[in-house]
Amino acid sequence: MADIIHFHRVSHRYEGVGDVLSDVTLTLAKGEMAFLTGNSGAGKSTLLKLIALLERPTRGQIMVNGQNTSSVKSRQIPLFRQQIGVVFQNFNLLYDRSVYDNVAIPLVIRGISHGDIGRRVRAALDAVGLLGKEKAAPITLSGGEQQRVGIARAIVAKPQLLLADEPTGNLDPDMAREVMELFRRFNEVGVSVLVATHALGLIKKLPYRVIHLDKGQLTTRQSPELMERTIDLG
Amino acid sequence: MTSANPLRAGFFARLTQGHARDAVFTLGQFYRNLSGALLTCFVMGITLALPASLHMAVRNVSAVSYAWESTLQVSLFLHDSTTPDQAGLIMQKLRARPGVASVSYISRAESLAEFKALSGFGAALDLLESNPLPAVITISPVKGVQRPLIDALVVELGRLPEVEVAKLDRQWLDRLYAFLALAERLVLLVAGLLGLAVVVIVGNTIRLDIEARRAEIVVLKLIGATDGFIRRPFLYTGLWYGLVGGIIAWLLVHGAVLALTQPTLDLAGLYGSSYRLQGLPWDATALMFGAGILLGWMGAWRTVSQRLREIEPQ
Repeated sequence: MADIIHFHRVSHRYEGVGDVLSDVTLTLAKGEMAFLTGNSGAGKSTLLKLIALLERPTRGQIMVNGQNTSSVKSRQIPLFRQQIGVVFQNFNLLYDRSVYDNVAIPLVIRGISHGDIGRRVRAALDAVGLLGKEKAAPITLSGGEQQRVGIARAIVAKPQLLLADEPTGNLDPDMAREVMELFRRFNEVGVSVLVATHALGLIKKLPYRVIHLDKGQLTTRQSPELMERTIDLG
Repeated sequence: MTSANPLRAGFFARLTQGHARDAVFTLGQFYRNLSGALLTCFVMGITLALPASLHMAVRNVSAVSYAWESTLQVSLFLHDSTTPDQAGLIMQKLRARPGVASVSYISRAESLAEFKALSGFGAALDLLESNPLPAVITISPVKGVQRPLIDALVVELGRLPEVEVAKLDRQWLDRLYAFLALAERLVLLVAGLLGLAVVVIVGNTIRLDIEARRAEIVVLKLIGATDGFIRRPFLYTGLWYGLVGGIIAWLLVHGAVLALTQPTLDLAGLYGSSYRLQGLPWDATALMFGAGILLGWMGAWRTVSQRLREIEPQ
């Protein structure tokens, strides 16, 4: 069992919209990092949602960490999601709580004892370079810092799989580079990472596989259009 | 793949840790939104205080009416043929009985005179050829004699040949008891309805609370929080509303008792009694607090469970 994610002929249809994903087969190996690219509406977010069970596929099979997602019942979804760290474009922080409390949530959900929470939250904040900001309110931080809080929250419970949906979409280029660098570092310690992104210029120099979606279909080679865009953004 | 985490605390520790955290957290929220929260609690307090004070009122009237038991009299209405001597004999025997405090005799003539004086039918009675009223022996039982003994006495005396009817003069008291039983039942009904109101009040407040924290609930669901985890702080919020509502209800009832104590003493004094208003007994107080907490919890549970199904990350 070497794949953390395996899609077998997966299609997803939204009522009244049509197929957002059609006949997608792909794998992400354990410990691999890859980028998921494509235009808006190409199906990137839907693909991530299928992995996190925010949506169910219309057709096809999805295995996540050896488990067929179709066998996960509704009430088992929370436990299923606990194996995955998720990073969002809009950070999704809780703004009425401190940075520390935000990062602690996944551990609190899992019922980790109080002392261990403190130790692991500080370790996670240290890993994203925010150790001094524990007591800060997220709203007082810059966008890049807020996203690093989001990443600390995603990795604090040591998930085997990290998903990110446009994590740099709201960040300026310097901050975006820092965030990508963080993903790279987590991948180096063995976390499987799948990052959906528009930021082709940012990723073209990185040595990772690019999975490209075009109108819901997987394109094995980069399309001419993508090459153009890559050059434009570069 | 969701292997047991070595850092997970033991089941009990996890439970108490989580509950303690949510209890403190929601208490903090309560404090930060003190005026709004107190308003809800005040409404709940009034809602809880209403059946509690009705219950207290019924209890007090009951207590007073039980005190009246001791003023009961047994009346023996004698056959017209009974002579005063025969009546005297019966009275002698009665005085010798245990449980009898006093015995008095009203002759037919005295009855007629009294009736003429009090009823206003004096002229009409004059038209009658003979006196229609019987002679009466009244018996006052000793204070504290049990009701079954009195009833037995009434039956026994009714069998005497000289006695036409033996009657315990308590119909009005029986009616009062029946009325009180009805009132008790009404209090229960009112309490049930108002309990429902408490559930709705808490539910509505929690609903607003949930809407205000919708984004937070979505995030929690996204990162794998169970419904139980998300629900718990709201349940504690409901519990605090119920508890504070109970305290306010207790203050209201207690305030009412304080305000009514002196007027009651004055009124009782006019009747030659030293009756003192009884406050809410401890069991009813406990019930009021318990009902507040339980209903608050239930109201929160109902609303949260309903809303959690609808709030799903998109």
